Amino acid sequence: MKARDKPTGQKVKSILDRYQRDSGMLVSVLQDVQAEYNYLPKKSLAQVSQGLDVPLTQVYSVATFFKAFSLKPRGRHIINVCLGTACHVRGAVGIREEIERELDIKPGETTKDFKYTMETVNCVGACALGPIVIIDGKYSGQMKTDKVKPLLESYD
Amino acid sequence: MAKRETKRLSSPQELEALRKSIIEKRDHNKPCITICGGTGCLALAAQDVITGFRREIQEQGLETKVDIRITGCPGFCERGPLVVIKPENILYQQVKGEDVPEIVSATVKGNIVDRLLYTDPNTGKKITYEHEVPFYRKQKRLLLGDNSNIDPTEIRDYLALGGYAALSKVLFEMSPEQIIEEVKKSGLRGRGGGGFPTGVKWETCRQAQGDTRYIICNCDEGDPGAFMDRSLMEGNPHSVLEGMIIGAYAIGGHEGYIYVRNEYPLAVKNAQIAIEQTEEHGLLGKNILGSGFDFTVRISRGGGAFVCGESTALMASLEGKVGEPRAKYVHTVEKGLWEQPTNLNNVETWANVPLIIKNGADWYSKVGTEGSKGTKIFSLVGKINNTGLVEVPMGISLREIIYDIGGGIPGGKKFKAVQTGGPSGGCIPESLLDLPVDFDQLTKVGSMMGSGGMIVMDENSCMVDIAKYFIGFLEGESCGKCVPCREGLKRMGQILTDITEGRGKEGDIELLERLSAAITDSSLCALGSTASNPVLTTIRYFRDEYEAHIRDKRCPAGVCKELITYLIDEEKCPGCGLCVKACPVEAITFMGKKKPVVLDQEKCIKCGICYDVCKLDAVIKK
Repeated sequence: MKARDKPTGQKVKSILDRYQRDSGMLVSVLQDVQAEYNYLPKKSLAQVSQGLDVPLTQVYSVATFFKAFSLKPRGRHIINVCLGTACHVRGAVGIREEIERELDIKPGETTKDFKYTMETVNCVGACALGPIVIIDGKYSGQMKTDKVKPLLESYD
Repeated sequence: MAKRETKRLSSPQELEALRKSIIEKRDHNKPCITICGGTGCLALAAQDVITGFRREIQEQGLETKVDIRITGCPGFCERGPLVVIKPENILYQQVKGEDVPEIVSATVKGNIVDRLLYTDPNTGKKITYEHEVPFYRKQKRLLLGDNSNIDPTEIRDYLALGGYAALSKVLFEMSPEQIIEEVKKSGLRGRGGGGFPTGVKWETCRQAQGDTRYIICNCDEGDPGAFMDRSLMEGNPHSVLEGMIIGAYAIGGHEGYIYVRNEYPLAVKNAQIAIEQTEEHGLLGKNILGSGFDFTVRISRGGGAFVCGESTALMASLEGKVGEPRAKYVHTVEKGLWEQPTNLNNVETWANVPLIIKNGADWYSKVGTEGSKGTKIFSLVGKINNTGLVEVPMGISLREIIYDIGGGIPGGKKFKAVQTGGPSGGCIPESLLDLPVDFDQLTKVGSMMGSGGMIVMDENSCMVDIAKYFIGFLEGESCGKCVPCREGLKRMGQILTDITEGRGKEGDIELLERLSAAITDSSLCALGSTASNPVLTTIRYFRDEYEAHIRDKRCPAGVCKELITYLIDEEKCPGCGLCVKACPVEAITFMGKKKPVVLDQEKCIKCGICYDVCKLDAVIKK
């Protein structure tokens, strides 16, 4: 995970250039901006709006519609709990609740020390290994409630 | 890997010459170690195995004696990481990094590592070859079969297996009308869920008026519990691309999009590599194979919205807008993306096209039932022994899929239901297990084919909880544009929550049925109009479970937290103290060695951790 940089116009500009300032690529542009900063900074949204010649309201409506986007800074480690059907029947709810208890945050929230952000996802397509927890892109399959604490503790 | 000079191919003859030279350069007797590098096996630490093989072969200087190939998913995810030794097809399962040296030396000597073979649980016998494993035996792997013969990042592997021959055939030997006729004759129906005849869709799009036509591949596989599109896109992206180019030529389109879920990073990567390699070879882009036909493809990543699998919502998202569907008074084949005729098909549909062209519609239509031709890939997951991807001929029974291929229910538990069709589908009970699986039969029993998720549930799954799960899912994914879906699902969710938390009352079931009818009739898109299927089918087949929750305040499966109690079995508890340490709220008290622990019901939050950690089944759920 990258350290969170201060938004600079230059990075967003190069993302906009990569997509030839095509307004149809708004979702992809926002994804790349988020990959850069870990969230969507207000300044960058304004810059995207200008760069693609799309009203700021539309940029916001897209940024708030899709689950993948966050308007708030997120933690150093992103935890994704899969809540797909296959994970659900194998006890994903218990896993989510255990993480909530351990970190004292709800899905979509970040711990006060900005160490973890917890999110949920509706299926990552690795159903054979459910329940699954993904931390910073690394999959942990066949989770059990008592494995949650050691897993979280293995990150610093 | 050394950079090869690639030459743009400008005629069918050049394509065939390249194919011949690739095949001739290969030594078909040389052993090849193929390792699954799909998302499933990677989640089981396949990367250690891959790195291990590379290092071992290099250290032993065996590059000239053994090949390595990192492939897509062969389907048997339960037993991953999977390693198959070609050409014999020796299957090694659950391979770990430390097994690598032994496999390498056995392969060089022509030996077999017995301890890594699959053991048939029914006979207790070890099985050496992949095709003899029961999981694979009843399958018909027309689409998935090549996944284990192809490195998806290497177009030459696809070419060696006859790839792009179908494209060459249509460009130089067939008219667009002939292609459409062939696809119509094959009986291919859309694999995304709707089951609309593909050839008819193409024809309507071709005939529609517009300045240009767009071709879209829908890889926004949003159904939870389904991952066949991911596996095809990760494992054999060229088969999808070839299908799209053929479709574009038949329809008269010059621009295409692949819309992939952002939750599938490997599929995005492999599709991108495939596009680049196809362009370099002159199989995509301007003047394809010297035919004068132009077609380009771009990748667009989704933003994590289930509704974007709906065609009009997907197109809105491609235009950079919020993924809200619109009413389809005018179909997207006439006015779709940017108001132009647009043909959208699902990944699996596109992958079928080259097969139909190559082998002919008559060959294709021999597989399947009267109304549903070909094979279908299902992701068999949940409470089942052999989880993974299975490709079967249409018309096979659910029982064969679940018991013969899937190996039945783990832990000697009893089968309860199988859920098909994702959140738009339904739960099918045991009494209907002999149902032949095709588009029409599944719809008849209140479920649907959907994109092919098949989630098996056992006696420990609560059907009211499942209904609540799907309604909760759809409520969260509803875009909010139309009232019946936005408000109706919310209300249904509240009623179901009340039932699962012990506040259900007489009349709730009937109210759910009435609400379902209203939502079905008046929602704008299919997300809403099919949303009540999980509720209606669970009421239809498992009404007694709803009644137990409402009348007796009891959850027969032991799932609904508010209706169950955890107890310590004093006979079985040896006082080991594992649960005492694990309990997050200190509700369990240690009473001394060899004395049963005591659980304080006042403090218990019913998280179930004690139940999970106890190795002696001394914690019981009631």
